[in-house]
Amino acid sequence: MEENTNLNTQEYEKNYSTLNLGPTHPATHGIFQNVLTMDGEKIIDAEPTIGYIHRAFEKIAERKPYYQITPLTDRLNYCSAPINNTGWFLTVEKLLGISTPKKVDYMRIIIMELARITDHLICNSVIGVDSGALTGFTYIFQEREAVYEIYEEISGARLTTNMGRIGGFERDFSPKAIEKIKAFLIRFPKKLHEFENLLLRNRIFMDRTIGVGGISSERALNYGFTGPNLRASGVDYDVRYALPYSSYNDFEFDIPVGSQGDVYDRFCVRNEEMRQSIRLIQDALNNLPEGNFHADVPEFYLPAKEKVYNNMEALIWHFKIIMGETNMPKGEIYHAVEGANGELGFYLISDGGRTPYRLHFRRPGFIYYQAYPELIRGGLLSDAILTMSSMNVIAGELDA
Amino acid sequence: MDNKYILQKIRQYFDGFVISYEEPHDLLTVTVKPSVINDLISYLKKEPEPGFAFLTDICGLHYPDSENQLGVVYHLHNMNNNMRIRIKTFVSKDNPVVPTITWIFSSANWMERETFDFYGIQFEGHPNLKRILNVEYLDFFPMRKEYALEDPTRDDKDNRYFGR
Repeated sequence: MEENTNLNTQEYEKNYSTLNLGPTHPATHGIFQNVLTMDGEKIIDAEPTIGYIHRAFEKIAERKPYYQITPLTDRLNYCSAPINNTGWFLTVEKLLGISTPKKVDYMRIIIMELARITDHLICNSVIGVDSGALTGFTYIFQEREAVYEIYEEISGARLTTNMGRIGGFERDFSPKAIEKIKAFLIRFPKKLHEFENLLLRNRIFMDRTIGVGGISSERALNYGFTGPNLRASGVDYDVRYALPYSSYNDFEFDIPVGSQGDVYDRFCVRNEEMRQSIRLIQDALNNLPEGNFHADVPEFYLPAKEKVYNNMEALIWHFKIIMGETNMPKGEIYHAVEGANGELGFYLISDGGRTPYRLHFRRPGFIYYQAYPELIRGGLLSDAILTMSSMNVIAGELDA
Repeated sequence: MDNKYILQKIRQYFDGFVISYEEPHDLLTVTVKPSVINDLISYLKKEPEPGFAFLTDICGLHYPDSENQLGVVYHLHNMNNNMRIRIKTFVSKDNPVVPTITWIFSSANWMERETFDFYGIQFEGHPNLKRILNVEYLDFFPMRKEYALEDPTRDDKDNRYFGR
């Protein structure tokens, strides 16, 4: 047989094709490139390339006074900017040894949980989009808009909020903001229920997501998963509970966990977390103490704007604080908050100058995205897209 | 289990390799020699008593004025007791070689690549040590302190004008 054929042996062998997915592809929701080795529609291997929107935040931060670093943190995970802002302020407050009033802690919990809701909403509705259900996405974006209006009422900005100050907030929640939060709390659980009903027991959705992109708890821990993705594989690690910050220990909330760590479990965990966030906001709002909305730290808390315009001393303080003329204490700090995607850590080394000596962001997305090739190996291309959207990798956080 | 106990355990097994230790903000920070990183971290992970089975973070450091300029910082976490530990190691700028821990933690892969990318620290034994966030043809390590953020030829941003 063999002597009758003139084909050389390499042509008998199976040929793999290479597919370039990204960097700009409508299905990847951000700038991610993956060079896939495919056997037909089956993925044999993937090689992610990242860094397309790398902006050197860590280098810039070494030159900026502490207040000017806040806008950089906005742009890490831009779907839940208030969590990043608050995490940064908590780190600085730990360095300075500032203890904030209870009211500030509760206000922070309210905005952080609102941010968590928007982040999870985007992720979950996009899982729907990628599995072919656009309806949920279009409905639920109204609710995201409602949260952005609350941000607008509190801080004036919508996406990159730059919310808060070292020691507290710029101003108290206005009656209008409280009213909007209350209205949201009444309307949103119904909408969430409706949204969940669209997908949760939907046969097509279940077939597409159950058993897709799964990871065991050991592998997830080994890969440094945190947040909803880790909890979906069955580990109940939540920074809010494990190492409480900003008075989270005053509240009761459940930590939902999954078992398979697949796309469906991640979807369910995120949905339940939104319910728990509602519960936390409700409790925090009902128990919001009377008192000041910032700590008494005139060296670091910016004076009120009206005073800056009319009062010489306030103007001087404003300038000094913004330009970082007050030296910070020396210190070395690692502080973590539960970001919407996982443990968002700030590793700060201060040498006593006006800027950090070294600031490193522990971005959860950067760390767990390296598991992506392992998750999609052996699966289909369309499942790879679903897996990526269910991991909720945000390009800004990935590339810093 | 507290910091004192962990330190005592580390001293018991790795006495000659511990350079110094401190506790900034109650977080035990142990500086060790680079040659012991592999053994120390696998010990911390595998033994149930220290039990630091989760690698939180790896990042680089640069202190231009010290003898061993470049450093690597490891943050480990014990999820059962919610304790953290920080391991530091310093290497010279001429021969910045630290053993890899990718065989202990898969998550170390990209973290070490990032550290290499920004500080030029060579992780010996790393399966795929190449640049990750910067372009591959970049011929310097941008997070080192000698690379100022702003263009040094500019004279309109002189510190004197800002009273510094």
